[in-house]
Amino acid sequence: MTSHLTSQTAAIETKPMADEQLILAETDGPVGIVRLNRPKVLNALNPTLMTQLAEQMEAFDRDEKIFVIVLTGNERAWAAGADIGDMAERSMLEMYTRDQFATWDRIRRVKKPIVAAVSGFALGGGCELMMICDIVIASETARIGQPEINIGVMPGAGGTQRLTRAVGKATAMDVILTGRFLSAAEALDAGLVSRVVPKEHYFTEAVRIAHEMAAKGPIALRLAKESVLKAFETTLSEGLEYERKLFYMLFATEDQKEGMRAFVEKRPPKFKGK
Amino acid sequence: MPAAATQQGYETIGVETVDRICTITMNRPDVYNALNDKLTFELQDALKNAARDKAVSVVVLTGAGKAFCSGQDLGDLKAKYVPGYVPHLGPDLHKRYNPIVKRIRMMDKPVIAAVNGVAAGAGLSFALACDMRIASDQASFIEVFINVGLIPDSGSTWTLPRLVGLAKAMELCLTGDKVDAEEALRLGLVNRVVPADDLLAETGKVAKRLASLPARGLALTKRLLNQSYDNTLEQQLEAEAFAQETAGLTEDHYEGVVAFIEKRKPVFKGK
Repeated sequence: MTSHLTSQTAAIETKPMADEQLILAETDGPVGIVRLNRPKVLNALNPTLMTQLAEQMEAFDRDEKIFVIVLTGNERAWAAGADIGDMAERSMLEMYTRDQFATWDRIRRVKKPIVAAVSGFALGGGCELMMICDIVIASETARIGQPEINIGVMPGAGGTQRLTRAVGKATAMDVILTGRFLSAAEALDAGLVSRVVPKEHYFTEAVRIAHEMAAKGPIALRLAKESVLKAFETTLSEGLEYERKLFYMLFATEDQKEGMRAFVEKRPPKFKGK
Repeated sequence: MPAAATQQGYETIGVETVDRICTITMNRPDVYNALNDKLTFELQDALKNAARDKAVSVVVLTGAGKAFCSGQDLGDLKAKYVPGYVPHLGPDLHKRYNPIVKRIRMMDKPVIAAVNGVAAGAGLSFALACDMRIASDQASFIEVFINVGLIPDSGSTWTLPRLVGLAKAMELCLTGDKVDAEEALRLGLVNRVVPADDLLAETGKVAKRLASLPARGLALTKRLLNQSYDNTLEQQLEAEAFAQETAGLTEDHYEGVVAFIEKRKPVFKGK
């Protein structure tokens, strides 16, 4: 029973149907753009989509020409949650063996900075996916929450952990235990999103910021991201040691020499990612 | 040929769209258009539809008969208010009144109140939530809530001080004194006062004018002005830069500039 299920699930996850493009990808110079593409179901995140997403994010992570990744949905929904219909009748054992959240770990291991361009609903898995991203540019129409409690479950892809780290216990408990949605303004106040912009600009602004970052040293970007994420994993003194080592490491790069020389010579730097 | 569409199926309001102007008329004239449950829900619905309807550019809110709107229907409460009754007005606001105020404010279209008579209580609040107020010389305005021991709701404590200043707002809300049309004009509570018989025609002129202007520009301007009292100058400058970027990309902006250069009248398409 279990092995049958596992192999069936594996088949779904490794061979997404060729005609079903649940994500779209394009490049804009050094910026890789990934768009969740299930508009009819408000970009509900099913295992196939997550697998395609992980593959695309890893592809951009490997691509030497890409320095920053922008992840977005559409104006109405970033992602309104997981595919409930897909999970409703599954047993505990099925859920456990299927281990659908394993794909999520692949996205969190992406080394390049990810800018989330969020408009409309970012709920449940959508909120959790948003929190994996590094910078969140939210439309003022964004509605963010973890409403799993309304359907008899709880967040399962990092909601209780990342939301609490992002906004603190009081707001995290309020959001997770009552299922209420945060407005973009509330999310900004709480520290859950980086910037809020008018609905017409959430995507262009995210891409603009991605380009701004892509003009900086890509190795420094990656190590800085790694160092910030370390803050959630370790003690302060270990984190400080870790940061210091990464800082020294950058002195082995050409970009450090170029950046500092350009600063001294009062000219813009030309980074090479070396 | 004006394209007219009358929305059927409402009992307490009338909705008619002519030449891109949607007129919503509160229609319980025998009780001065007092707000019962039905009217508040129908008004919510009509505002939602007007906001979404691509054939609508401007919304006019007015009342049938002698009154604009006298506020909550107290007659409706007769059966409820007996000894031992415990009213819960908070949830009532969330359900019935607040959505109306929010829909008027958030709508990406101008909403004009044609205040044909008395506007009291929540009826006044609705008029205050509108983007412009044109009043009949027979109109009057009363923050009547204090007379029944309540606070001015449906946004009045937010809109009124923004329109007339804190001192006057405080006076009007604390005393419940009636303001006539002439004084309302002097206070800045209304944009203009016209003879009662001319109210709908005059309102129509303003609405028509707005309907001929660039729709995106109007929507963005409304949004910015609605934010302005809550923002710092720094934030507002930022918001203006974003909005102007959006406005600059519209066809209507291009048409406006080209028409100016070619010394002809612009033809705006709302795009």
